[in-house]
Amino acid sequence: MARSPVIVLDQVTRVYPMPAEDVVALDRVTLTIHEGDFVAIMGPSGCGKTTLLNQIGILDVPTSGDLFLAGRNTRTMDDRELTSLRLNTIGYLFQKFHLIRLLSAYENVEYPYILKHRKPDTTGRVSALLSQVGIDPSLSTHTPAELSGGQQQRVAIARALINDPRILLCDEPTGNLDSTTGTQIMELLDSLNRQGRTIIVVTHDPAVAAHARRKIVLKDGRVVP
Amino acid sequence: MTGDIIFRLSVRSVRVHLLRSVLAALGIVIGVIAIATMGMLGANMTLSATAQLSSMGNILVVRPHMEGGGGFGPGGGGGSSTSEEAVLTELQFKDLERAAGKYGLVYHLHSTSDTITSGSESRRASIYGMDPEDIQTVLEVETGDYPRSTNDIVVGPTLAERLGLSIGGRVKIGKEETGQHTVRVVGILKQRGLSMDINSDQAVLMADKLYTSLYGGEGEYDQATVVLENIEDATAAKEAIENQMNKREEVVSVQDSSRMLETITSTLGTLTAFVMAIAGISLLVAAVSIFNVMMMSVTERIGEIGVLRSIGTQKPEVRRMFVYEAAILGVVGAVIGAILSLAIGYLVVLAMTGGTDYFFAPASLLYIPMAMVVGIIICIVSGVYPAWQASNLDPIEALRAE
Repeated sequence: MARSPVIVLDQVTRVYPMPAEDVVALDRVTLTIHEGDFVAIMGPSGCGKTTLLNQIGILDVPTSGDLFLAGRNTRTMDDRELTSLRLNTIGYLFQKFHLIRLLSAYENVEYPYILKHRKPDTTGRVSALLSQVGIDPSLSTHTPAELSGGQQQRVAIARALINDPRILLCDEPTGNLDSTTGTQIMELLDSLNRQGRTIIVVTHDPAVAAHARRKIVLKDGRVVP
Repeated sequence: MTGDIIFRLSVRSVRVHLLRSVLAALGIVIGVIAIATMGMLGANMTLSATAQLSSMGNILVVRPHMEGGGGFGPGGGGGSSTSEEAVLTELQFKDLERAAGKYGLVYHLHSTSDTITSGSESRRASIYGMDPEDIQTVLEVETGDYPRSTNDIVVGPTLAERLGLSIGGRVKIGKEETGQHTVRVVGILKQRGLSMDINSDQAVLMADKLYTSLYGGEGEYDQATVVLENIEDATAAKEAIENQMNKREEVVSVQDSSRMLETITSTLGTLTAFVMAIAGISLLVAAVSIFNVMMMSVTERIGEIGVLRSIGTQKPEVRRMFVYEAAILGVVGAVIGAILSLAIGYLVVLAMTGGTDYFFAPASLLYIPMAMVVGIIICIVSGVYPAWQASNLDPIEALRAE
């Protein structure tokens, strides 16, 4: 059965205006990512990997070209719609975990749930996800500062999954972890992908990229064929 | 319910920076205390003045009409009230008695001011000449007696104290160079306070015969007073006098004490507003401090704002988070300020007015919630710009800052 395209980039260009000379971070990138894909975006530093991830994550808007996400052209959407689309469709994993330091592990996971449902979780989904990613219930009241890097990234994965997003965007998800923990996190991503979730990982680590079924290599803002 | 987690974040942000938050809220505490205390002081002064003057509200003062009006209070300011044109004649007084006699006692008054000497002490004071019977009816003697002979005087308590006068003592009236007249103090009046008809506390009162022998003006009065039996008659009596005497031309001007009350309360109101405005400056300083703390909070949390935005927090929710934070500082500061205002306000009112009879009156306590509301509003307004700035941060730039 043909899988439907979930992310479509059509001639996407991103130019950063600079006093001396404009920097072209993405140059007419055209690509399609299908539902259930596991894609690794690779390339040397400064090649535009993170810029591309920000475009796909609709944190940024293209200078020219179109980006279709779940069938909708993001160019025609305002900030409120884009934010709502991020909340419902995309889960993020960052290299530095980026948990909210003022909230406990449980609250960090529950936060996007409350944003979406306008009420606290009474279904037990937060606890179930935390245990699914390997966080002991006794740690759920701990603040990020009281957790190890691996534990923080697991909580971040639970947070990314809480609203059941179709796409999981990961920016160097193992960059701040030791190799054993990194492997465990990647195995977790593998299992999520097997469940049908689209995963896009930005990495320069071949071991991480090895988990992906498709690799996109960028150079000077262009996709290397 | 989203507000709940946003509010939780705001509370925790305040708690994490407890010292900074307490210092910022302290500004609001001081501002609320200053405004509430000054407001309560003004209210207590007004209420106390109103109560005092209302008890004397049954007085109509009739004076010869002068172009350009003329102020309140009987003569004695400079002796000019004895000028030839500004007098009530005996005939006019009879007219007045006819018009207002049915409403209460009508009496006339001579007034001027002169130098009073007792021993080596000299002082300028108001001199009133009245019918001896009227003196007994209108004024109360604290010690001694009312004037019986044409050489007797009674003096107000403040003047007696300042010149060290006692019953039976002798004082000289007039300046040495223009001739002095020695009289005997037979009584010291009871404290009467501010009044529209006679300010007797710092005055000399004598029989009209003695007065006219010293200053002339027989049958020519500076002022007449109607002491109303019923305070509700004030308007009717005033109209009756004006109809009788001012029909063809403006002969007399009638002032009732309710206007004086209005003037005094309005003056006190202006004064209170002015003092409160000065106290308000402390709230402005507090606002700057809150603004500063909020800007620091935004700067420190740029990365967190980026994360919140990237995981689906809308701009208005980010704004709310910072406005809540400012509001928490405002509410905490205002509540503490209000509690302290009760204690400090009580002490200030006691020290400044000598009593706290009206402290718990609604018109006085009203200033506490008023100051609280002003404090909270100022806090929220101070938080609006930082909140707006936080919500408009570019999520990518903000994430990069983390």
